[in-house]
Amino acid sequence: MIYWKSFSDFLAMGGYGFYVWGSFGVTALIMLIEPIVAIRNQKTLIARLKRQLRAEARADQRNTAV
Amino acid sequence: MKDRFNLYRFASPATFYPLAGRLIPWFTALAVIFGLAGLWIGMLVAPTDFQQGEGYRIIFIHVPASWMSMFIYLVMAFWAAIGLAFNTRLSGMMAQALAPTGALMAFISLWTGALWGKPMWGAWWVWDARLTSELILLFLYIGYMALTAAIDDVRRADKAGGLMLLVGVVNVPIIYFSVKWWNTLHQGSSINLTKSSMATTMLWGMLLMALCFWMYSIAVALVRARSIMLERERHTDWAKALLTGDEK
Amino acid sequence: MLKIVTAVISRDLKLAMRRQADIVSALFFFIIVVSLFPLGIGPEPDLLRKLAPGVLWVAALLATMLSLPRLFADDHRDGTLEQLALSPYPLGLVVTGKVIAHWLVSGLPLALIAPVLGIQFDLSVDALLVLTGAILLGTPALSGIGAIGAALTLGLRGGGVLLSLLVLPLYIPVLIFGAGAVDATVAGLGGEGHLSLLAALTFASLGFAPWATAAALKIALE
Repeated sequence: MIYWKSFSDFLAMGGYGFYVWGSFGVTALIMLIEPIVAIRNQKTLIARLKRQLRAEARADQRNTAV
Repeated sequence: MKDRFNLYRFASPATFYPLAGRLIPWFTALAVIFGLAGLWIGMLVAPTDFQQGEGYRIIFIHVPASWMSMFIYLVMAFWAAIGLAFNTRLSGMMAQALAPTGALMAFISLWTGALWGKPMWGAWWVWDARLTSELILLFLYIGYMALTAAIDDVRRADKAGGLMLLVGVVNVPIIYFSVKWWNTLHQGSSINLTKSSMATTMLWGMLLMALCFWMYSIAVALVRARSIMLERERHTDWAKALLTGDEK
Repeated sequence: MLKIVTAVISRDLKLAMRRQADIVSALFFFIIVVSLFPLGIGPEPDLLRKLAPGVLWVAALLATMLSLPRLFADDHRDGTLEQLALSPYPLGLVVTGKVIAHWLVSGLPLALIAPVLGIQFDLSVDALLVLTGAILLGTPALSGIGAIGAALTLGLRGGGVLLSLLVLPLYIPVLIFGAGAVDATVAGLGGEGHLSLLAALTFASLGFAPWATAAALKIALE
């Protein structure tokens, strides 16, 4: 089934290794980094909104106490 | 009447946010499964191309990325049209959530195109009609993102961005054909891609990779859409309930 | 209907005449950019003749960009634009008038000075005529498409740079056919085909752009 005879054969890609792996490597990197960045942005956003909400709640409490 | 009501309910951020949250793992899983299957077939099983050698294997990401970059732009324009016609809140958010992924797909397409072009055509970059149009598509993505980022008022950002998308969609075919025509005038057909008939295994590999890219784009866009939604709706009851609910 | 267009044109022209320095500086920008190229690439006439159409057209695109941010900004600042939007006339017609006025003060001068600059590049008389015709035919499209960008970026910080980011990619077909017409004439193929396509682009964008611009202005004024 598998076309390649050896692993080094697979890496060499018939002399096109640099081009093929350069393409796949950068694509894989982008497709790893993009979701990580998106999820991290979401986490910092949620944390920020929670902080704001708590601050607003505290301000409301102070206002009603006075 | 009942259908209308359901549609509106579905389009409201309060229902869409949790729904998207439940869907993201599924799309991620599908992306991984399709990706592994596509890579298995494309990289391990598929035979070599008799004209291009092993270098042709770049096709398994180059073509799906190019398709996605164009498809995402069309989907964004579709959302823009809906948003401008029916004044829906969700459509602008979807368009903005999709834009970075579309731009990255255009970049991947250009990057892999360059790495493919070097061994096949002997140059990193040729002014081929498809490459040039892809570059212009990247410019259009960047223009859209810059425009929406520059406008503070989200309603105006959505509408202005939407209008820009529609203008772009009208122009893309004109740009493509003018570039194609310009290219044939200047270069002849010397750099046409060899149209070797594709083996079925290759076709399967490419199809699976395209599905992988598709699922991936949906998953990332949904993550981003949820962020945009939460930020814009932070003063509504559902968002507050969600934010305080998590704390306990 | 036509009266509102001519009224807007004459008003904008009057305003532009009060600020002639703007027109002149855009024109000199065009002249300077074009004159810089031979200094950068060398004085060989063959090379210059080959580069002339592209250089002149790219410089014309950039020179048009210069005056675009002002297209609606002044009217926006003093409230005229809102009055025009509230007037019973369709905003698209008002925009058509403004686009034509913009072309008269930005595109037309470029077309008139272009043959003189073409001589610097050793272009033949035929090529100079086609160049003038192409710039005359193509620059209205630039004003029209540019108006959409000007309306979208109205009142935004960094509007000028953003405007070029949005509009320059959309100018590509005009650039291709405009420069192509001169190229084809230089090569002895005749530029009629390019010129007719350029005319088609101009008519299409003059029909379509004012309405898109009006929609963008309404979004900006909301």
